[in-house]
Amino acid sequence: MLPEPMQSLPVPAALEAWDPHAILNASLDLGETLLWISPGKIVSVCKELRDNQGFERICGVSAIDRYPLEPRFEVVYFVHSVSRNIRLKLKVALPGTAPAVESVTCVWEGANWYEREAFDLFGIRFEGHPNLKRIMMPEGWEGHPLRRDFPTHGHKYSYQNE
Amino acid sequence: MSVPDITTSATLDQALNPAQPDGETTTRRMTLNMGPQHPSTHGVLRILLELDGETITKAEPDIGFLHTGIEKQAEALNWQQVVTLTDRMDYLANLSNNLAYALPVEKLLQIEIPDKAQWLRVLLVELTRINSHLVWLGTHALDLGAMTVFFYCFREREDILRIFEMFSGQRLMTSYIRIGGLALEPPRGWQQAVKKFNDALPSRIDEYEELLNLNPIFLRRVQGVGVLPLEKLLALSVTGPLIRAAGLKWDVRKSEPYSSYEKFDFDIPVYTESDVWARYRVRMEEMRQSQRIVKQALEGMPEGPWKADAPKVVLPDREKMKTQMEALIYHFKIVTEGFRVPAGEAFVPTESPRGEIGFFVVSDGTSKPLRVFMRTPSFGNLQALPALFEGNLVANSIAALGSLDFMLGDVDR
Repeated sequence: MLPEPMQSLPVPAALEAWDPHAILNASLDLGETLLWISPGKIVSVCKELRDNQGFERICGVSAIDRYPLEPRFEVVYFVHSVSRNIRLKLKVALPGTAPAVESVTCVWEGANWYEREAFDLFGIRFEGHPNLKRIMMPEGWEGHPLRRDFPTHGHKYSYQNE
Repeated sequence: MSVPDITTSATLDQALNPAQPDGETTTRRMTLNMGPQHPSTHGVLRILLELDGETITKAEPDIGFLHTGIEKQAEALNWQQVVTLTDRMDYLANLSNNLAYALPVEKLLQIEIPDKAQWLRVLLVELTRINSHLVWLGTHALDLGAMTVFFYCFREREDILRIFEMFSGQRLMTSYIRIGGLALEPPRGWQQAVKKFNDALPSRIDEYEELLNLNPIFLRRVQGVGVLPLEKLLALSVTGPLIRAAGLKWDVRKSEPYSSYEKFDFDIPVYTESDVWARYRVRMEEMRQSQRIVKQALEGMPEGPWKADAPKVVLPDREKMKTQMEALIYHFKIVTEGFRVPAGEAFVPTESPRGEIGFFVVSDGTSKPLRVFMRTPSFGNLQALPALFEGNLVANSIAALGSLDFMLGDVDR
């Protein structure tokens, strides 16, 4: 379901031809290509991008919290092809309760720490991740600091038990 | 009883473990905690090492000791105030961070930056690159036992910091590159100060190379150490000098030019060995190329304003503020409420001294960011640490660690 002006872009068009149900929506704002991917297909889309479209690396993975809107979370994947000099943003929308998506570490190893960070700070589970534990906050921390309903100031934490 | 001869390792083992009968030795793996306070980790990094004798079988970095929640704080500050937070991430490349943050916000605001401001940004960012590489070279050589280089490098670094102080009034936390241009008018006499430093730099780099390039101790500690293939580095999201030392000719300044980098003539140094020695040569060559860019920026500096003509975003001149009503209103609005950024999102990758840095800023149309994701180079590069360590000797790990050139403030944010 690519909008009209994006059908001439090579990568989105190739993805659309490969699986017409993978791309839910797409946009081209400020010269940046953004593709909304169906949550269940993110790993297969990434594999296709790596194997047949020349996207050698993932630049980063992060999330946006749209609280109180629903679906609350957007997981953003920044993928990059050095050889073709193309950057893509892939997005997956996740609900506010028990957000979970399949991990892309099996496609690019480099997604490992980025997904751990998103898990730590947003509480999004990445299924199939080899080492999904907190990376920034101490073990045993309660809550996920980058969620919009987590206070910026006033949170108490004691280091006495360490 | 005779004193055991401990000159050979076999008898040393017996001497240390006298209960072991001759000929039967059992080995066990040892877990060693390296850090968080360790001089050669350049910050608070903890690495859990599993050792089999002198060989590292498993290495697990433990980060987060310097986590200050910069991304969270950014959501509570105005767009302009976030600039000060970016200084504190990678505290050796402050201006690169300032620029990396200013670019996506300016993209959302769709304001045009005048040529002079762009060229000054390039000049300052290249000086930052030299500064960062100098600190890296000094500390890296110090780790490997060459102390003199450290003093030489810090001598030149001092000159750069004086130039930064001249521009911004600050040596480290400059916050000089702001949304819409620069923070202050360039000071009187800055050309002479930069020219004096820049003209002397090539001979100084020759001095460092004389100290190290033919030094047999240094060469043995860096050649063939810390080798990783290019495919592995790419898959691990490693960027910057590390990937150019592995043979990939990729530099964001060339492939996706920003801030008028396309107008400058410079080369991308590439080596294929992918060891510590190749990374050293890439960074030395990058300093020379940065020197070239600074020279071109000095000679071709365009005339004109140093901040954008965007009264709703950029603070007015003092003179205007005191004489014109509209300027006073805009000043009041920007200082109290901050300017609003149109809803949307933008990501602009740039090349910091350590690799690809890009800020993903999301706006909901208010005067505070909804989300700022900081794709920092050190975080991606540090992921290569287990691959660099595993299967290698403990003694080589220090050289490999130094060649990554990470900054813990940049990793943890």
